[in-house]
Amino acid sequence: MKISIQINEGPYQHQASDTAYQFAKAAIAKGHEIFRVFFYHDGVDNATRFTVPPQDDRHIVNNWASLDIKNAEGEPELVVCIAAALRRGLVDDSEAQKNGIEGNNIHPAFRISGLGQLIEAGIQSDRLVVFGD
Amino acid sequence: MLHTVNKSVFERNSLQSCLNTIDDSSVILLIEDGVISAAKNTKSSLLADLAAEGRVFALQGDVEARGISSKVADNIKLVDYEGFVDLVVEHGTAVSWV
Repeated sequence: MKISIQINEGPYQHQASDTAYQFAKAAIAKGHEIFRVFFYHDGVDNATRFTVPPQDDRHIVNNWASLDIKNAEGEPELVVCIAAALRRGLVDDSEAQKNGIEGNNIHPAFRISGLGQLIEAGIQSDRLVVFGD
Repeated sequence: MLHTVNKSVFERNSLQSCLNTIDDSSVILLIEDGVISAAKNTKSSLLADLAAEGRVFALQGDVEARGISSKVADNIKLVDYEGFVDLVVEHGTAVSWV
């Protein structure tokens, strides 16, 4: 079954990103396909490559990256809402250039795109499960 | 439909809102702080009827993390993350009450 996930909460805030990650891992283990994970609102903070948690703590960003969720074209299907990301200071190369910012902080396992990607995930998937506040 | 509730009944009104809304075929899965509502407490009566029909589940890891394994109310079924996936698959649309 094709399952998509929406995450509305940042890492280390309550538990949503952890629950969603464990859910995604279990779904993959059971042979389901994670079509897309869409990070929305504060959920975009799950995508920064500058996260450095203490060594004995789980690394939520790397956990997501380790699931290696990609489409047939090899693009990441960990998708970050562009409007939510730019508001919170998350940029990729292209957005940094457009906005005159040096550097970028999106983890390479994620990509920035628009809200249409969430709608498409809802249409293309058999299930859409929402996590977060 | 599957309804997930992720906040304690003592923190938010989401469980009550969910109960006010669901139809006869829906099931509820308590996750995160929502599992507080699975413990025997002053609000247990909210879920008792649905639980007796086998329609209330709680995420086992979250129950254990909060030290309430021995206090889970009668008829509430514990599931792991794979059980969560099965509920999503079996019950169609999933609604998250937050």
